Parts: sequence; C-alpha cells; structure tokens
Amino acid sequence: MLKVDYLSVRGLSPLSFEVAARQCLAIEGPSGSGKSRLLRAIADLDPADGYVFLEGVERREVPAQQWRRRVRYVATEPAWWARTAREHFPSTGRLERLLSSLALEPDKLDAPLAELSTGERQRLGLLRAIADDPQVLLLDEPTSALDPPTGALVEELIKFQILVGRIVVLVSHDAAQIGRLAHARLRLLAAEAPRANQSAAA
Amino acid sequence: MSYVDLSIPDLALAALLLVVNGALSFALGLRFELSLAVAALRMVVQISAIGMLLKFVLGQTSPGWTALVGLVMVLVAAFELLRRQERRFRSWVMYGLGSAVLLLTGGLGALYAVAIVAGPELLSNPRYLLPVLGMALGNTLTSASLSLQTLAEGVELERGAIEARIALGATRFAAFSSLLQRAFRTATTPLIAAMALAGAVAMPDMMAGQILAGADPVAAARQQIMIMLVLAGAAALGALAAAVGGVRLLTDKRHRLRLDRLAQA
Repeated sequence: MLKVDYLSVRGLSPLSFEVAARQCLAIEGPSGSGKSRLLRAIADLDPADGYVFLEGVERREVPAQQWRRRVRYVATEPAWWARTAREHFPSTGRLERLLSSLALEPDKLDAPLAELSTGERQRLGLLRAIADDPQVLLLDEPTSALDPPTGALVEELIKFQILVGRIVVLVSHDAAQIGRLAHARLRLLAAEAPRANQSAAA
Repeated sequence: MSYVDLSIPDLALAALLLVVNGALSFALGLRFELSLAVAALRMVVQISAIGMLLKFVLGQTSPGWTALVGLVMVLVAAFELLRRQERRFRSWVMYGLGSAVLLLTGGLGALYAVAIVAGPELLSNPRYLLPVLGMALGNTLTSASLSLQTLAEGVELERGAIEARIALGATRFAAFSSLLQRAFRTATTPLIAAMALAGAVAMPDMMAGQILAGADPVAAARQQIMIMLVLAGAAALGALAAAVGGVRLLTDKRHRLRLDRLAQA
C-alpha cells in the first residue's frame, strides 16, 4: 500500500490518496499541471512537505537510496551515463527475456545508445527501471515515443507488473490507455488550485 | 654570495619592454595598452606592499603576527576563488567552502613543507612559513577553482544522467562519479604538466629566485623538488576537497540534486 498524505507539491494544494498493491492509479491533467512534479515528490527526488508511506514506512524513515530502490520514478525520456545500454543494467539473468517482451533484439544492449531510436531508448529506460524489482513504479508517459503495437507491448508489461503485486502510478495523456490499465484516476487541474484530498483508494 | 640589489631606475628599465608593447598596441589600435598598464601597476603596488608588509612581520617576534598575515592571505585567496567561478554557488556558502579548502590543504601543505625544510622549531618563523604558504595557496587556488568550475558546468549538462542514477537508488557520490573524475582530472592536469616541464622547459620560479639570490644551484634544486612535491600534493588534495564539498553543496541529505543552489548567472 502506497499512502500519500498531505503531500505539498509546488504549485498544487496538498494531496492525499492511497494505492494498494496490484492496483494502478492514473494521473491526468494538462501539461504543466504538476503530474511529473507529483511523481518526483513521491520518489523523494524533490523536496516536498507532507508524508508518503510505503507499507506503513514514511520515506524519511529510510535512507533515500533505499526508498528510491523501492519507489522508482521512470522519466519520459530516460537519461544515460555510459555508452551502451548494457552498462546501465544490473547483471541479471532474465535481461534477454525482458528485452524480448518489448520486441527489442539482444544486440540493442551493446549498440551505442546514440544510434538507437527514441522509442528504443524509452523501452530500455523502462526495462532498466524494473530490472531490480522495485515495489512501486511511477511511470511518466511510458509510451509517449512508441507506435501503437509497441505501446501495447509496454502496456502488457505494465499489466504483468501489476499482476505480480507491484503498485503503479501512471501519468498518461491517453484516455484509452488509462481505461485499459488504471483502477482509479486522479485529475490535476491546470494552473488554478486543484481539489485537495482527492481520494483515489482502490 | 653575489646578491644584486635592484634600484628604482633598474626597475624602470625593466618596464621598458612592456612600454614598447603598450606603444605598439596604441599605434596598431589593438586596445590592450590600458589593461596592460593597469595590470602592471597593480602588480607593482601589490608586490611592493607585500614586500614591506613581510619586512615588518619578519621584524616582529610574536607568532600572532604570522598567524594574522597567514589568515588574511587565506581569505584573500578564497575571495579570488569565488571571483573565478562563472557558475556560482550561493556566494557565502561558496566563500566558506573556498576558505575551508584553502585553509585546510594550503595551510597544511605549508606547515608540512616548513616542518621538513626548516625543522619544526622554525614553524613559528614567518621567514619560512609565509612564502611557502603563499606558494601553497596559489597552487591550491588554481586546482580547487578548476575542480569547482568543472563540477558546476558539468552538473547542468549532465543533470539528466545524474538524476537518472539517483532515481535508480545511487548515492549522491555514486551519481556524480563520472563528473567527479572529470573535475579531478581537469584540476590536476596543470600540476602534472608543471612537474613534467619543470627544469626541462621552464625554470621553476622559486629555484630561479634562489639562484639569483646567490644560493648553490644543487641546494636550490633540492628545495625546489621538495616544494613541488608538497605543493602538488596539497593542490591535488585541494581539488579533491573542493569537488567533494561541491557535490555536498549541489545535493542535500536525501541525496537529491539541488540545482536551485546554483545562483543564476
């Protein structure tokens, strides 16, 4: 259970909601309404007042690195620090299986990242984020750079993650995608103060 | 000993080359005559002042004077370090970091060097301590400044990659590791070049000065070797301390990247 309690994200009034294991909460709202800021605050990447609990443990009660190993923010455009994708992955035996689930050939791992397409990098970024099995996935427009068939593969992967017990918070502009994946939705309003205490318990 | 004392007319003669340069600049419209003149005048005033100040301090017997002058040197060097940064950290924090780094590594380097050259009983003697401190501060200033500059510029370019590593659960130092490496390499390159070229291409200033003052060249060489080793060590430590301090300033206790702490240029 992920519990957000009076979390004050810059530009938003304090938010409270809960997402249970095996549930997906979708966050909607126009550009600039604070969707990414909310995800970043939950992952403790930006300072924010208020509380975020995972299984009853508040984020400040555990070391920051440990929190982010369990609560994983996945940016829309993944950033890289080495030349090939392989150098970004923990060594795990099921890497090839993960790649094939998103229709990526194994040689993409050792190709220079600059030579891959935006969509390939976005899929690799998602795989990198789930490779060490975080409990919570905060997905920021995970299919923005993908064509519909590839996007469907990513949705299957997200569904599988939900099925095996993860908690997913999904930012998406695609109402149909939200309909296929989400159990509850939270709408952030543009510029003006959004409704506080929106309850999106599943 | 064949020590040559220079008179004021001698110094005026020495300025002749610069005057020729200035005249050329004026004649050809290169427009650097003014900054050349200002820099030269500034140098003359500063060096004369430090000479007179040192003469006064060397005449004092109290170690308090040595400490005071040393402290002022550190603070002036820290101010210079701050002035050299294009992308500044909020200034008072930066000033604190700069002073701390310079005091720690420059000061320790100087104390260590004097303890070796002159023996610990001369630690309180300003004739040894202050010139060595000056050299140590100059070296540390350069390397710490390069280190911080590389860090501050790199963090904006590599923000995404650093945050990606943080989001994947890395500590702040792990997330900064490649940038830290680069900052340290940039900062130590001049030190390595100076050691590689010393004597072969460039005559080290201190050794040249001692020989001019009539010292035995072999003894001067030994002093130069000692001072270069200690100064390079102090400067490399300064670069490392500045980089570590810089990473701590750019992140917080929760290992979050805090670019809001860089002042907008």
